[in-house]
Amino acid sequence: MKTRKRFLAVLLIAVFAVLSLTGCHGSRGRAAFQVPEQLDESAKIELTFWAKNDTNKTQTTIYEKAISDFEALYPNIKVNMRLYTDYGKIYNDVITNIATNTTPNICITYPDHIATYMTGDNVVVPLDSLMGDERYGLAGSELKFDAPSKEEIVPQFLSECAIGGTTYALPYMRSTEACYVNKTFVEKLGYELPDVLTWDFVWEVSEAATKKDADGNFAVNGQKVMIPFIDKSTDNMMIQMLKQRDAGYSTDSGEVELFNDTTKEILMTVAEHAKTGAFSTFKISSYPANFLDAGQCIFAIDSTAGATWMGSHAPLSDISKDKFVEFETAVRMFPQYDPENPRMISQGPSICIFNKEDPQIVLASWLFTQYLISNDVQIAYSQTEGYVPVTTKAQNAAEYQDYLSRSGEDNNLYYDVKISAAKLLIDNVQYTFVTPVFNGSTSLRDAAGQLIENVTKSVRRKATVDDAYLENLFSEVTALYRLDQTSMRNQGTEGGDKDMGPLPTASKALLITLGVTWVLIGAYYIRERMKASQNN
Amino acid sequence: MKKALVIMLTSAVMMAAVACGSNNTAAPAAEAPAEEAQAEATTQEVESEVMDETEDVEANIPEDPMTYEDYAAAEVDSEVIIQGAIQAKQSYYAQDDQGSANIYLQDENGGAYFLYNLPCTEKEYELMEIGKFMKVKGYKAEWSGEVEVIDAIWQFEDGEYIAEPEDVTALLGTDELINKQNKYVCFKGVTVEPAGEDTDAAYLYNWDGSGSEGDDLYFNVSVNGQTYSFTVESNLCGPDSDIYKAVKDFKVGDVIDLVGFLYWYEGPNPHITGILAQ
Repeated sequence: MKTRKRFLAVLLIAVFAVLSLTGCHGSRGRAAFQVPEQLDESAKIELTFWAKNDTNKTQTTIYEKAISDFEALYPNIKVNMRLYTDYGKIYNDVITNIATNTTPNICITYPDHIATYMTGDNVVVPLDSLMGDERYGLAGSELKFDAPSKEEIVPQFLSECAIGGTTYALPYMRSTEACYVNKTFVEKLGYELPDVLTWDFVWEVSEAATKKDADGNFAVNGQKVMIPFIDKSTDNMMIQMLKQRDAGYSTDSGEVELFNDTTKEILMTVAEHAKTGAFSTFKISSYPANFLDAGQCIFAIDSTAGATWMGSHAPLSDISKDKFVEFETAVRMFPQYDPENPRMISQGPSICIFNKEDPQIVLASWLFTQYLISNDVQIAYSQTEGYVPVTTKAQNAAEYQDYLSRSGEDNNLYYDVKISAAKLLIDNVQYTFVTPVFNGSTSLRDAAGQLIENVTKSVRRKATVDDAYLENLFSEVTALYRLDQTSMRNQGTEGGDKDMGPLPTASKALLITLGVTWVLIGAYYIRERMKASQNN
Repeated sequence: MKKALVIMLTSAVMMAAVACGSNNTAAPAAEAPAEEAQAEATTQEVESEVMDETEDVEANIPEDPMTYEDYAAAEVDSEVIIQGAIQAKQSYYAQDDQGSANIYLQDENGGAYFLYNLPCTEKEYELMEIGKFMKVKGYKAEWSGEVEVIDAIWQFEDGEYIAEPEDVTALLGTDELINKQNKYVCFKGVTVEPAGEDTDAAYLYNWDGSGSEGDDLYFNVSVNGQTYSFTVESNLCGPDSDIYKAVKDFKVGDVIDLVGFLYWYEGPNPHITGILAQ
């Protein structure tokens, strides 16, 4: 009978302990990945790789070649690629597949997105231990290809892949935003193009370009259409302008600071120039390249990864050949408030690995990820656009240096605008920055762009943009992107020194009950021991 | 003592369960259900509520719609109120509790409209049946030549109209074609040409062949010696649609009759939805 009593007590304690320890962690948790001792080359491993290309056949071909070359090195590993042309679609599909444990193995992504993927337990594999593994880590002894060492990854690019001090991705390609300028028109309007564009210069020239002749055509191009300044990515526009002004956007821990007086100033300026037709956006008008190439835009801001679409002789274009006009294209840094202290965003795809039950699959995923940053892939892919390789090993390679030196030899591989765009980032990497990554940072980014989009649309629709309008806009955008919740959530999860208020009553009751339970268990145990010793 | 212990343990376990349960109600985005499961749940919901919803649509646009002529004359960025019947809808773009869809609308007088990013719930999207009338209040916009209505509100109206395709084959390559923008049209006796300069294939995934199954299909057709680029937009006719499958069976030299919507992107960019029976 005593045995049964003791068994009951032990069983209850065990059940209680297990429930207490596991109950709050959900059912979708997966064990953290541990690096296996050795890659099992006898096991067939199939990997799914979700890749992103810029609707560029050459990029697709490079991915296919990378997969084929990798499979030749590791015959037991097969890589199945699924191609996307939109980061947002990858993000949505990953989110959908996390719940069903059907995520891909490897995925091209943005660190902002990884922060959301990480809301599940051990969904994304932390890479620090993998990177440092002597055998299979970066430049490890067991690798069958020439991989870069950790030190050969551009430190700034690698640091962009860290969240909370842990590395969750490897950089794949890097780009920034550039201003592609119709230099011919700038000079026709009587201006000299500076090396570093200032906002004052861009706005002034843009206003000058809105003048029309007696026939109603724009004087500068003789056409019915001219939008002097078009920005492809208004979220980046607002983020960079705020950074240059040293104004708030968000804290590192995710408190929203976007809605401030500097933002209002910027929006008032945007409204002023949108009203005259000097400024528009991609979402409102179309791709800046389409207008630039047709001589209908002077300052076209877009990613350096879009350089092959820019200019009179752009190798890629959506407009018909007869619409192209001849002009000199200059590539400049994103406009600045203080040209002595420029700030420009660093962006571009990274690669993350999703955790799986079988550590051999994760290890194989890691090997393929490393292969994507080997010289063969880095140099080939970076040449498809104004991308920059993420390793100094690739950047300093003779093949890549030769490529850079042959700018303008043709309008394809050596297209001068594309190579100028790549050099823009290489030469100015010290001026780049990234925004903080947290759960909700994607929404905040969207909100930053939405402010510019709404203001631009409103003035085009003849609405008054004033302080009251902006206050209302701030409220609407906060609600639309649930930024009040983002701020509260991140205040609650980051920064242990923050006052989180008193514990809820249910939590207090739970803690008290737990304490009393353990006291009773202890008392029961002591009493039983005393009874036993008395009986003896 | 033993009873007290059991009660305390039970209480603690229950409280732990309750506490964890309350966390799940505020599940983060990453815990969204899988697409298929979501679709299944939504379908059941729609089936049970379709009738109620149809009856209960609240009128929120009291103004009369403008004529198509007035719409065509209205300046870009001005407010417009239009009415027409749904001719096609692109796939639903889910975003939290309210997403959006792109809709082709047409009236009995030949007026054709494209509604871009029309806000709607998934349930409302399911109710947008082909032929059903809608009144829409929004802003006229132009994006790369495509004239559309954006930032709109809408409501269902009584009536039904399904347009017959208008033959615009003779207008290909002429300035008049733009007057048929967004209409349900057909192209008769067109010949399938190679899909690109460096390929003999009859179609490509994406405009340059950079895509894969599920992406838009691009193919070229010629009429009177001129070649034109047509598209099967995957959002409008996905990989399971008859036209998507049919295009993959095209051979260069095939002579075919096609129907679709006259979308515009830096020039005519017909979104093909079917093949006319010979």
